[in-house]
Amino acid sequence: MDNISLLIQAPSILGQLVLDGLLAGAIFALAAYGLALVWGVMNIINVAQGEFVILGGYVTYTLYDKFGINPLWTVPIAFVVLYAVGWLLYKLIIYRLVDRDLFTSLLATFGISILLQQLMNQVFGADVVGADAGLGSSLFFDSAIVTANIKFVSFSLALVCGVVLVMALKRSRLGQAIRATAQDARAARIMGVDTDKVYAATFSLNSAICGVAGALVVMTWVIHPFIGLVYTVRSFMIVIIAGLGNLAAVVVSGLGLGALENVAGFVLGAEFQSAFVFGLLVVILVVRNAMVRRKRQVLS
Amino acid sequence: MSLLEVKSVSKSFGGVRANQNISLNVPEGSIIGLIGPNGSGKTTLFNSVVGYHPIDEGGISFEGQEISKLRVPDIARLGMLRTFQQTRIYGEMNCMDNMRISSPEEGVGFGDLFSPISAEVDGHAEELLEFVGLHSKRLLLAGNLSFGQQKLLEFAMALMKKPRMLLLDEPTAGINPTLINGLIDRLRRANTEFGITLFVIEHNMRVIMNLAEHIYCLAHGKMLAEGPPEDIQNDQRVMDAYLGAS
Amino acid sequence: MKKKLAIGVGLLLSLAAPYLFPTYVTMLAFVWLMVVLSLSWDIIGGQMGYNSFGNIFFFGIGMYVSAIVQRDMFSSGVDRFADVAGAAAVQLSQSEYFISLSVGVALAAVICVLVAIVLGMAILSMRGHYFAICTLGLGIAAGEIASGIDFIGAGSGMVTPLYPEAAGSREAFYYYFFFALAVGTLLLLNKIYKSRFGLVLNAIRDDEDKAEAMGLHTTRYKTIAWSIAAFVLGIAGAGTGNLVGFIDPIDVAFTGATFGVWMILTVILGGKGTLWGPVIGAVIFYATKEIFWTYLLGWQRVALGLLIVIIVVFFPTGILGWVRERWPHRFGERVEEAN
Repeated sequence: MDNISLLIQAPSILGQLVLDGLLAGAIFALAAYGLALVWGVMNIINVAQGEFVILGGYVTYTLYDKFGINPLWTVPIAFVVLYAVGWLLYKLIIYRLVDRDLFTSLLATFGISILLQQLMNQVFGADVVGADAGLGSSLFFDSAIVTANIKFVSFSLALVCGVVLVMALKRSRLGQAIRATAQDARAARIMGVDTDKVYAATFSLNSAICGVAGALVVMTWVIHPFIGLVYTVRSFMIVIIAGLGNLAAVVVSGLGLGALENVAGFVLGAEFQSAFVFGLLVVILVVRNAMVRRKRQVLS
Repeated sequence: MSLLEVKSVSKSFGGVRANQNISLNVPEGSIIGLIGPNGSGKTTLFNSVVGYHPIDEGGISFEGQEISKLRVPDIARLGMLRTFQQTRIYGEMNCMDNMRISSPEEGVGFGDLFSPISAEVDGHAEELLEFVGLHSKRLLLAGNLSFGQQKLLEFAMALMKKPRMLLLDEPTAGINPTLINGLIDRLRRANTEFGITLFVIEHNMRVIMNLAEHIYCLAHGKMLAEGPPEDIQNDQRVMDAYLGAS
Repeated sequence: MKKKLAIGVGLLLSLAAPYLFPTYVTMLAFVWLMVVLSLSWDIIGGQMGYNSFGNIFFFGIGMYVSAIVQRDMFSSGVDRFADVAGAAAVQLSQSEYFISLSVGVALAAVICVLVAIVLGMAILSMRGHYFAICTLGLGIAAGEIASGIDFIGAGSGMVTPLYPEAAGSREAFYYYFFFALAVGTLLLLNKIYKSRFGLVLNAIRDDEDKAEAMGLHTTRYKTIAWSIAAFVLGIAGAGTGNLVGFIDPIDVAFTGATFGVWMILTVILGGKGTLWGPVIGAVIFYATKEIFWTYLLGWQRVALGLLIVIIVVFFPTGILGWVRERWPHRFGERVEEAN
């Protein structure tokens, strides 16, 4: 535990970790919001969420690597490509899961995640890759804290994307249709809403959001075909803490998780960071369950 | 002797005061009714008693024991069972198995793992299925029964457990009118022959006035009136509550 | 009568298998392992309705516990680090090997049950998807954490002791190990599912709220079921560590992506909540997997991912579920009234 004493002696390290974590958290919050959207509207928990993120990252990486395009310009392309992927998946598989129980959708999307992982492995190889946006770094506090500028850009883009999303859902007709379907699908159908289109749009919107998140991820860190699950778990944790409806709560939880995870990674050692995330998931669920049990109920 | 005592119970959900200062008691061996228009707080009170949520104020005791902090299974084991309005049975098992699993448990342990169902339990199950008129359907999958038949099965399962008291949530809801008399008759027999105290929420006035000895009426979360059926039937306040005048 | 004959023949064939198909012994051992894993998952997944993604947790624990016992029980003189570097595996005499194996297996089973009881207190009250995802996190976290502990070899894992040459064929021995485990588990579950305990599990699956409202000790039953699954998984893990020869925290012990998910698929394929469904599913799945691996090299995992989706989406009730719909009376279900 000398790492903890190190943190106390040199607060700038803590500051660095927290800053990096907060910046990372915005991206997690984005993916989490998409997960909550699909969960709330379609009652499907998308275990392949992380794979959508990584796929978005690969779109960006391919454009960057093969065509030399600055990754920042690829963000909207990742959005569009992943929207199409989501739409395709919905039409082929997901539409069958909408009326089924949650476990079937869990297992099916888990299957999809494995399928995507392996496809990405075949097509892109298992190497760890990243895309450099060429933005350099900024120095704070007399070089005590150094941050790659791309992180600020990612942070801002993630937040902007989130805000645009929420506003679009509130103001647009599609947004209204989505909210109506989420509340009562049968009633929405009776009122003339094409719920199938709504579900397709919701699912595709989610994968598109993940695409954006992935583009940001590959610019900020690195990706490889098998790292998707960590993003899925983070999204799920954020949704558990924040609940299904509240963007502000999702953002706060996302930022908080990002910062916490980063600090934990330092204190426990980088190889345990992943374990920390999964372990934290278990702890959160157990604690939430215990809290709910005091009210004579259970987490269900 | 009061089997169930509700003392000044209050429960709110957010800003809504679902139950305000409700008190009632259910004497042993009696049939007590709980009525009130929609939104009056009957279901909330019911759920508080059986253990679905904590109460904000007051106390609930069963056979003299405070139960307001106990969980659903604990309360059920004390001898107070409830039926569900939407009728809940074990859909993937046949009726006999539904009955077998409802027999009173004698201790839980590794012995249970290997002990098959005793013939005595089977005999009792068949008797009760006969009592509710489902004997010929005993090997059918419970999930394939009609709604009315499931309600009877649920009732039989509750009787199988030999409870001291049965809380019934709208037992005649959704039942074909021609079958209601049969149900009322069986409820009464459960009370007189098996000695089970009944606490019934009902919307069907004819049923509850015929069945209950004493009726409590809720409105807007408060206790509006109580008394024997004749009094309640003629109580202007009750009529106003139902017709929306107050 | 026909059923007994078929089972008898099957038993005889299975007993003779190492002599009839010597080149396939290891593969057949794995088939029995799959059967065991599937049966153990079905206890809580199919019969009780608690879909767990993390049963592999007990498998891995069993594996490590046994390996540690086997490594350390008689070889106090061997330097730990030599093992960790993956160099010389411990060499034991015949009696040492089998004694340490027995102790290892027994301890694995006991510890897994204890862990199940303790863990159960925290997570068995969660329902549905929360339970599923919590177990998923558990399974994966276990693998990651095990990769970081030096005592058990960290990321490189451990090597189990060499099978003593004097004792004959290692593959045949472990074939019979898993065969016995499979038959034992099948007999145990057959007894349990016919008892009151089996009924309680099904009641919990069908409507847990109702079961609680009827006063059943659901928590106790759930914990016992969970412990039985853990017990079987622990032994299976112990055996697998020895069959494979080495233990890797992510790819062998806590392999969520392989055995961990396969045990769920086999049950869904064969039919959840039945006694023979998991067995049938295990055999068919394993055969299919081998075919994929042989003929679809390079794309076998993609095919597997696709298979998962197809099974879950298009065959949710599985083979036996399909049979049950067609011929319900074979399952003791009546469609008409009785007298």
